Amino acid sequence: MTAPQQPTLTLSKALNEGLRKALENDPKVLIMGEDVGKLGGVFRVTDGLQKDFGEDRVIDTPLAESGIVGTAIGLALRGYRPVCEIQFDGFVYPAFDQIVSQLAKMSYRSLGKLHLPVVVRIPFGGGIGAVEHHSESPEVLFVHTAGLRVVACGGAADAYAMIQQAINSDDPVIFFEPKRRYWDKASVDLAGGLAAALPLHKARVLAAGTDLTVLCYGPMVRTCLETAAAAGEDGRSVEVIDLRSLSPLDFATIFASVRKTGRCVVVHEAPVTAGLGAEIAARVTQECFYHLEAPVLRVGGWSVPYPPSRIEEHYLPDLDRVLDAVDRSFGY
Amino acid sequence: MAVKAAGRAASRSRSASPRPEPPGEPAPAPELIQLLTPEGERSEHPDYPLDLSADEIKSLYRDLVLVRRIDYEAIALQRQGELGIWASLLGQEAAQIGSGRALGPRDMAFPTYREHGVAWCRGLDPAKLLELYRGVSHGGWDPKAHNFHLYAIVIGGHVLHATGYAMGIQRDGALGEDGEAAIAYFGDGATSQGDVNEAFIWASVANAPVVFFCQNNQWAISEPPDRQTRIPLYLRARGFGFPGLRVDGNDVFACLAVTRKALQAAREGQGPTLIEAYTYRMGAHTTTDDPTRYRLSAELESWKLKDPIERVKQYLIRSGMAKEEFFAGVSAESDEVGARIRKACLEMPDPDPLSMFDNIYAEPNALLDDERAQLAAYLSSFADDDSAQAGQGGAR
Repeated sequence: MTAPQQPTLTLSKALNEGLRKALENDPKVLIMGEDVGKLGGVFRVTDGLQKDFGEDRVIDTPLAESGIVGTAIGLALRGYRPVCEIQFDGFVYPAFDQIVSQLAKMSYRSLGKLHLPVVVRIPFGGGIGAVEHHSESPEVLFVHTAGLRVVACGGAADAYAMIQQAINSDDPVIFFEPKRRYWDKASVDLAGGLAAALPLHKARVLAAGTDLTVLCYGPMVRTCLETAAAAGEDGRSVEVIDLRSLSPLDFATIFASVRKTGRCVVVHEAPVTAGLGAEIAARVTQECFYHLEAPVLRVGGWSVPYPPSRIEEHYLPDLDRVLDAVDRSFGY
Repeated sequence: MAVKAAGRAASRSRSASPRPEPPGEPAPAPELIQLLTPEGERSEHPDYPLDLSADEIKSLYRDLVLVRRIDYEAIALQRQGELGIWASLLGQEAAQIGSGRALGPRDMAFPTYREHGVAWCRGLDPAKLLELYRGVSHGGWDPKAHNFHLYAIVIGGHVLHATGYAMGIQRDGALGEDGEAAIAYFGDGATSQGDVNEAFIWASVANAPVVFFCQNNQWAISEPPDRQTRIPLYLRARGFGFPGLRVDGNDVFACLAVTRKALQAAREGQGPTLIEAYTYRMGAHTTTDDPTRYRLSAELESWKLKDPIERVKQYLIRSGMAKEEFFAGVSAESDEVGARIRKACLEMPDPDPLSMFDNIYAEPNALLDDERAQLAAYLSSFADDDSAQAGQGGAR
């Protein structure tokens, strides 16, 4: 019996297969985090890996995030490639010093003599009816930190290759996973190999269009694809780009699209204020000024702490809010 | 002065939270492991036998004198504006040389910013330390070449790195009689950090081959140990599940013996040990600090009687192992080292401004390439008139 080469998998399972492949390919790859062993992680992303690769490679750690990243740094100094799981976005802050002051800066401080190939996986974003600290979008804190690479997978199709590419990187990678999309399914190319995969820091045009560019990542990818379909019914051709890499950003793909369409909307769950959309709007305005038919618009969370879940639908961008921004763009 | 002292005492007594003795049985008076008294008399300890030849003792003495001289020169360089700052190791030479000489070549040391004596033992050129304090680099030596990691400026974070490194030693199967171990250096203040406590937990649970070497120098900048702990620091190890001990940090013999034993236990798979080296920071926290604001000179004077170098000298003299010409020779050598690092410091070129964009990532980064080009273009815009050299003016 041979498993299908392009099975339909959930995002959680695609990541699981990617981690399994990385563990198989390189004995230096380790997985470490809270409940990643027997339980398989609270989202089951590491399901079955400890059983197959042992407790020394899939490590149930003490409940201390700074310790997870700090000891991962030590293991990386010893030649290992640790993949850390932070259980929820809101739990990453105890590890913030280790990520920002230690992980991000080691290469620079050592004049390139040391590199830390550490991946920090963080389930992020809201929409799952969770209690506080379980629905946050802290990605821009890491984008702002030189020395880190920051990526976000949008769905199962990309996740399998992206997690392996992140592990193969000799730089630290903060890897965001859209937790409310963990159970979304897609066809995943398990046979294609990494050489055929889109490079980790390239954006992907998911829907081609001519009238307006929507830039998004993580959980907003599905939302924006649905928006593009709805806009298409109104006769508007919307191009949807999954940024995938948040640091560095793939400006070549962004600029090419905006120069073609002349209109741009950036969408993320994180608060609009000083969010990634601000950086993109500034760069697009500078580089595509004479092509723009309207200012770059942003759709994101309000500038508030993540609200209680009974009202989170009013915080999170959805199809209607993105469509509203599309309409406003055409109003200029 | 009297008024100031009275004011301080008064503010102490007004403290809103008086600190009673810890509950339970009173702890026994801490045992201080010592093999050489402040007067220079050799003593024995049943758990820490130490048999050193005359040459080995003279070599330790030389180390102690040279690192104090390096420290002295660095302070002078800072006072003359050649260094931005310096963190003096004055008074802690024995703790650093004793533990540093206990390390095997394959053991890995994770220092703080004050471990100049350990750096010396690892064969690192002291001039490399000056680079950091002059602002030429953030360290920049090759940690793998010396098995001596970069200086840690953030308090305590590196103790987790040492622990993770030790977990790597386990996974590499590098334990055993001739195995490897890691050692983490930190101070009394760092013991309050979450990362240090997490490292204790991690090392204990993993039984990792790491030695925690705490130099309790009595002052975390201006805060005495009673701001960090209500029990002797070494006793904390018990709560984490591994042995802890207190050693006379001004006794180079004892520091050597206890660190040797703890490292060997770690290498052989017996897990971590906490060593509290009880010592004294005789100088300021750094050259920017003014200890007269928070401690009495009488305290410093009492610790001068326990000087880590003088006791070795007395022992060498009394035992007849060394004569005056030996001491004169070490003194002359120390002046040579001082002159050499001064010269190296003064000759140190500033880095190329464009180098700030280098080594941030292992792999290419287009954003940094773009910004590097921006700064290069901006800098070259100043160079096209009188100062332009032939062949460099063509950029514009």
